[in-house]
Amino acid sequence: MRQHKKITAIATVLLIVFFTGSVFALRNVEASRGREATLEDVLYLPSSKTIKRLSLGYSGLLADIYWTRAVQYFGAKHIKHSQRYDLLYPLLDIATDLDPHIIVAYEYGSVFLSQQPPDGAGQPDQAVKLVEKGIRENPDYWRLYFTLGFVDYIDRQDPKSAREAFEKGSEIPGAQPWMKVMAARMAERSKDIHMAAALWQQLLETTTNKEMQKTARLHLASIQADHDINELERLVRMYEQRTGSVPKTWQDLERAGLLRGTPLAPYGEPYVLKNGSVEVQDATKYRYLGEWRYNEEQMY
Amino acid sequence: MSARLSAIALNTFREAVRDRVLYNLVIFVLLLVASAPLFSEISIGMERLILVNVGLSAISLFGVIIAIFIGIGLVSKEIDKRTLYTILSRPVRRWEFIIGKYFGLMLTLVVNAGLMTVGFYIALFVTDHSVKRADGLMLVAIYFILLEFLMVTAITLLFSSFSTPIFSAIFAFALFAIGTFADDLRNFAGLAHGLTKWLSTAAAYAVPNFASLNVISRVAHDQHVAGTLVLYNSIYALLYSGAVAAAAVLIFERRNLK
Amino acid sequence: MHAIEIHNLTKSYPVGFWKKQLRPALKGLTLTVEAGETFGFIGPNGAGKTTTLKLLMGIIFPTAGGATILGKDFRDLEIKRRIGFLPEQPYFYDYLSATELLDYYASLSGVDAAERKQRIPHLLEQVGLGDAGNKQLRKFSKGMLQRVGIAQAIVHDPEVVFLDEPMSGLDPIGRHEIRELIQSLKDAGKTIFFSTHILSDAEALCDRVAVIHKGELRGIGVMNELRSSATGNVEVIWEGAGALERVGTLVTESHVTGALVRAKTANDKLDRLLEALRQQRARLVSVTPLQGTLEEYFLAKTSEPETATV
Repeated sequence: MRQHKKITAIATVLLIVFFTGSVFALRNVEASRGREATLEDVLYLPSSKTIKRLSLGYSGLLADIYWTRAVQYFGAKHIKHSQRYDLLYPLLDIATDLDPHIIVAYEYGSVFLSQQPPDGAGQPDQAVKLVEKGIRENPDYWRLYFTLGFVDYIDRQDPKSAREAFEKGSEIPGAQPWMKVMAARMAERSKDIHMAAALWQQLLETTTNKEMQKTARLHLASIQADHDINELERLVRMYEQRTGSVPKTWQDLERAGLLRGTPLAPYGEPYVLKNGSVEVQDATKYRYLGEWRYNEEQMY
Repeated sequence: MSARLSAIALNTFREAVRDRVLYNLVIFVLLLVASAPLFSEISIGMERLILVNVGLSAISLFGVIIAIFIGIGLVSKEIDKRTLYTILSRPVRRWEFIIGKYFGLMLTLVVNAGLMTVGFYIALFVTDHSVKRADGLMLVAIYFILLEFLMVTAITLLFSSFSTPIFSAIFAFALFAIGTFADDLRNFAGLAHGLTKWLSTAAAYAVPNFASLNVISRVAHDQHVAGTLVLYNSIYALLYSGAVAAAAVLIFERRNLK
Repeated sequence: MHAIEIHNLTKSYPVGFWKKQLRPALKGLTLTVEAGETFGFIGPNGAGKTTTLKLLMGIIFPTAGGATILGKDFRDLEIKRRIGFLPEQPYFYDYLSATELLDYYASLSGVDAAERKQRIPHLLEQVGLGDAGNKQLRKFSKGMLQRVGIAQAIVHDPEVVFLDEPMSGLDPIGRHEIRELIQSLKDAGKTIFFSTHILSDAEALCDRVAVIHKGELRGIGVMNELRSSATGNVEVIWEGAGALERVGTLVTESHVTGALVRAKTANDKLDRLLEALRQQRARLVSVTPLQGTLEEYFLAKTSEPETATV
């Protein structure tokens, strides 16, 4: 009986010790492979047709797996401020081939694709290809037209296509009325700061993805700041013209009757007046600053 | 003790050989060597790539299938046929029996893989008409495949120690499939929150991680495998298998047999 | 030191959907077996015989009680070198030959290689498989398998041998051969514990028997004593069928074959019967005291109601 108890005790101890050890060993294995390694294997993938055949009917599950991998891939690269996102489109393409109805893949995937690096892959044409596939497979889903229009306008600077997208989308039963409004407002000029702000605002309101919300807020803050700075610098030029000198403080402008109170930036802190130009206190909060700044010609 | 362990292990090996199980490798070798020239018909310049992928994947898959099919009966067959009765009436400890069977099955798989490797290298030579430095890399992939066998065999042994062959097969195949997708399980755990995160992280460590052991595509592209990866994978496979084997011993030790 | 000492050995199985109820398979078995004895363990099917053996071999674990074999606890691993076991309707690795099987088993029992080489051929001869050593077991008949079974039980020369229904499923020739083998083990001084439900086999071989029924020990004792305790009858054979009518009340059974009558009478009626026959001028052929059969003892013991359970 003692033998039996001894063996039971030893086996239990070994079970616990070995398993705990295996957890630590596995963590070391994962570190050895590096986060890149996980997806390097994906590089050697056959086409989605082959995967579909191999999936034995479980293509839905595999699609989810590939979508998850795409998200993980994007997140990993994003944190490293990577300049290249080579695998993003293939991963999204495979996922949507396996399951053409993963709407989120089209919606978020194309935005991640179209944004300039390091925020995205900088591949707006690929993004359009993806969304158009989504629209083909899901013709009743009007929001994809919003995504298409968004990418066309913001990243491809193609207001004509954007307007077409919004118009087509607005005609689908169930589409929100602002689709038609957006279509109508789309100006011929490709860079319209108000249009851009409206699109980002719309994106912020409709998305549930936290990353997207963060990006949208950052863009909106920068757009607002750019807009404010444009206006403020115009006032500075006016002051220079009137007085022949450069204003040093906001009070100078106030006294000149050009301004009321200290101008505040979107995050609540005052703008900085420096040698005749206007700046924000903390540029890191305004990642996209400068996109909408007027050049010298536009000032007047 | 070691005399009994090796006696049981060798007897298990003998059973596998006489069961004509190992004859699968004859089929494998013939198929591989015969189809090698076919690959060049399919795609120019990619013969080696395809051969390595197909060859190594076949060695891995054949081995896992054998491991599971023999493994599920390792213990349950002896109980059903009551051959176990005459073993237990002898001075053999229950744990010696079960570990001896484990070693015997591992021996079978190693021999099987070894012979298949020889056939594989022959096919490789026939395709390349030369020996390349990168050929040595294949051995790393095969070593990892053996580590994979170590884990699969332990898992099948565990199920065999308390379950019927059918359920053992189902559970073992299921765990093998999940283990192959271990990376995605880990990804999922990374993206989840709260209780789901905790549960999926626990699952990611409890489930055997075969994804880390699969370097076939790397090796097919003549890429090196880091030394630290070899070290840690070895430690992982040994510890994980040891834990599972300990669990099998624990269950079998306490079980009232039929 | 008793060869085998079983004390209050009990086994109950949890049954029912929730595994709450207990079904007793063996209820507090207590008995001893002396060295050199051939001990019969008899009972109907399902009585608990195989359960007892499985408990002793460590195949299942007792709910209560224990046993010693050759003075050591029955769970002691070293003791297993000195015992042999033949299970009921055994099956052996059919991919091995008889020699390979015995070699494997002997090595597990601690017999060294040189000894094995020497002993196994003799052993195969002894059990009548001398020329079947290299034949694969899958080709063996039932009788041959049973003989291999005995061979593996004694290949390591144990002092105590446990046999579970060693004669089951054999034809009369097979049974005779096995019986001879067991007799030779007995002659070699081994202690034999064998369970069976075939009483004639027990009668032929055993010194002492125990009767087990529904998990309980119903009776135990020396063979001859048990048999004679069951009866007190005499068989009388005479010539002269006509006399039968006159002595009808004095006999309990009678058979007539031609002029010969064979009748059974109780001990106390014998004198009156003989006197009556003499008066009838019947010619007496024989007078034989009848031994009771084990069967009668057995039936008596197994029809008693169960004793209260623990």
